[in-house]
Amino acid sequence: MIATQFPPLAASLFSLMAIGSLLLAFVMLGSRWLKDYLLAFAAQSWLIALLSAAVGYYGNFPELYFIAALTALFRGVVLPWLILRIIARLKVDRELHERLSPSSSLVIGAALVLFAFVVSSHLGRTLHLEGSVAVLALTVMLSMKLIGFLMLAVRGEALSQILGILVLENGIFLGSQILVPGMPLLLELVILFDLLVIVACFGVLVRYLVTHAGVTHARALRRLVG
Amino acid sequence: MSSESLIAVILLAPLAAVLLCLLVQRPRPAEFFNLAAAVVVFLAVLALLPHSLSGPQRLADDYLIVDALSTWGLLCVASVYLLSSIYAIGYMRRLSEDARLHRFYALFAGFALTTLSGPLMNNVGVYWIAIELTTLVSTFLVCFELGAESIEAAWKYLVIVSAGISLALLGTVLYYWAGSFALGPSYSLTWAALREVAPRLDPAIATTAFLLVTIGFGTKVGLAPMHTWLPDAHSEGPAPVSAMLSGALLNTAMIGIARFLQVSDAAGSGALPRAAVVALGAFSLFVAALFIVRQTGIKRLMAYSSVEHMGVLALGFGFGGPLGIAGALYHMLNHSLNKSLMFFGAGNAMRAYGSKRIGAIRGLPTRMPVSGWLWLAGAVAITGAPPFGLFRSELTVLRAGLRSDHAWAVYLMLVLLIVIFVGFLAHFRAMYFERAPAAAEELQSEEDIERAQPLRDFPDAWCVVPMALALIPLLALGLWWPDFFARCFAAVAANLSVGGRS
Repeated sequence: MIATQFPPLAASLFSLMAIGSLLLAFVMLGSRWLKDYLLAFAAQSWLIALLSAAVGYYGNFPELYFIAALTALFRGVVLPWLILRIIARLKVDRELHERLSPSSSLVIGAALVLFAFVVSSHLGRTLHLEGSVAVLALTVMLSMKLIGFLMLAVRGEALSQILGILVLENGIFLGSQILVPGMPLLLELVILFDLLVIVACFGVLVRYLVTHAGVTHARALRRLVG
Repeated sequence: MSSESLIAVILLAPLAAVLLCLLVQRPRPAEFFNLAAAVVVFLAVLALLPHSLSGPQRLADDYLIVDALSTWGLLCVASVYLLSSIYAIGYMRRLSEDARLHRFYALFAGFALTTLSGPLMNNVGVYWIAIELTTLVSTFLVCFELGAESIEAAWKYLVIVSAGISLALLGTVLYYWAGSFALGPSYSLTWAALREVAPRLDPAIATTAFLLVTIGFGTKVGLAPMHTWLPDAHSEGPAPVSAMLSGALLNTAMIGIARFLQVSDAAGSGALPRAAVVALGAFSLFVAALFIVRQTGIKRLMAYSSVEHMGVLALGFGFGGPLGIAGALYHMLNHSLNKSLMFFGAGNAMRAYGSKRIGAIRGLPTRMPVSGWLWLAGAVAITGAPPFGLFRSELTVLRAGLRSDHAWAVYLMLVLLIVIFVGFLAHFRAMYFERAPAAAEELQSEEDIERAQPLRDFPDAWCVVPMALALIPLLALGLWWPDFFARCFAAVAANLSVGGRS
């Protein structure tokens, strides 16, 4: 089943959830407190898990229930819990090293969403999908991608960078539920895979902290240049 | 032996080495397991080469592909793995990290395993996963020495490459979406399926997806401007790891870009995809030339040279045609051998002088007679001077470019190659023929003071023999283009042409 064939109720439900996730991405972009940041990420993951379950229900893809459960478990519970533990241990509760104030990054984020909308509506026009949920999914996917890159660029705290990467992947995850719901095996693998990325990130981070106790912002990593 | 059993040997030998290293937990047996796996893999790849010419074979329920391109990639990886496993024995013993050495070899064999599996993947999504796995394993090799700088390098490597490669996942999802209009919602996204459905893809989506995939895998290949992680990771890891990263890993991601180029040709996306790859290649050469001329770190010099050679590969695949593909593949093998040689030499000099700065390395011929001259020969080879292999492969890429639509890139490439030749060898001239300044102690930065003391009886045979083993085929390949290679390149070119069978 392709995105255009969903019943109207389902399509509007999907749109609601997609827009909700985009809003949560803006919450992350606008917050200085790492805990808020983390809560927004967890909420976004739960929303995406609900979205997969809904797509599975309306589109008859039973595998997606499994994906939804995995998403909720790993991205909604395990990862936030791990990050919370690290926040508690490091005693950094707010982003201190942003290169751009949250309000200016919100404005830039809005401009990026506009850009994503222009690109995806162009693609939607060539496919004759104007106004369908597919174009919205594409917009949200590209915007979350761009917002994730913005976070990586303007945030200096190591934990914020990990969360930035997770937002990048949430974006792809959300878009692919609506655009290509029949691609399940790959998605399962990707979920497990992300966990590995995060575990690796933590491994490096912890080693870094062991050798340089106290420094947790990536901006201090500037010895290698040229 | 059949290809199935050979592939099984190639993948199981490093896996067995990982498990044995973790099980035995002693440094000397771990060295042996890793070296044995490297020898077995190399022999199995040599035996697999003739099989690959008879046409593409799909194994393991369509998840693995054995064709001329993937086998060629395996040959590059296996050669570097063998050479750096020999070198690692001599180099790693000097780090006085014996207690953790079995973990190093387990990771090293695991890195080889993921790098070997990359070119073999037939499913586009699984290929992405294999490439991302290589990042995860090699991160821990980069920061094995646990210095502040190596942890910084590992952090940058992990963050930049994971972020970049997520763009490739986005591109893959877009390809799948575009294909689902023609093939239905659920299908298996193999290279062959993607190529067959390509003419029916929407051109706008196919072009967008191609650009995303190229930027994503281009990050991993180290094409400028996505190369920023590369000099850090390559210069901070132990020398055998740098050789594997540069000689083996970068190629496996390049193979993906070559396959996607074929898809976009089949999709009829026009001139944009090839122009984008050519532009990235030319820009990589440009950036590399700038940083090579002013470089002060010896391993960073080698790392920027990797950026340069990945640029040449991108130009070769971007120019396309049988000649461009042959040049690029030939260059891939030459680069693998030569860059291993260069990193081995750099590791030897670093340990022998106790510094990473080019300025601290003076009077090489007296300090390291044998490996010093081998290293100099390698430096002449890597800048593309005859009679070594890289001269022939770069010339072939240039010839291919003159026949393509991108002749401007050929002239740019020529100028930049000359700049790199001059800049690179100027550093070597200083290291070989200049005397150390009398006040050398004062000139050393604090960075040097915290380094290990220079090692007197270094390099030993373990660290010199692999350099010779890399140089001999490099010289042979420059003088003589074996007939077997020509058939192999023709098979790859046939597979990668529009409507090819792979």
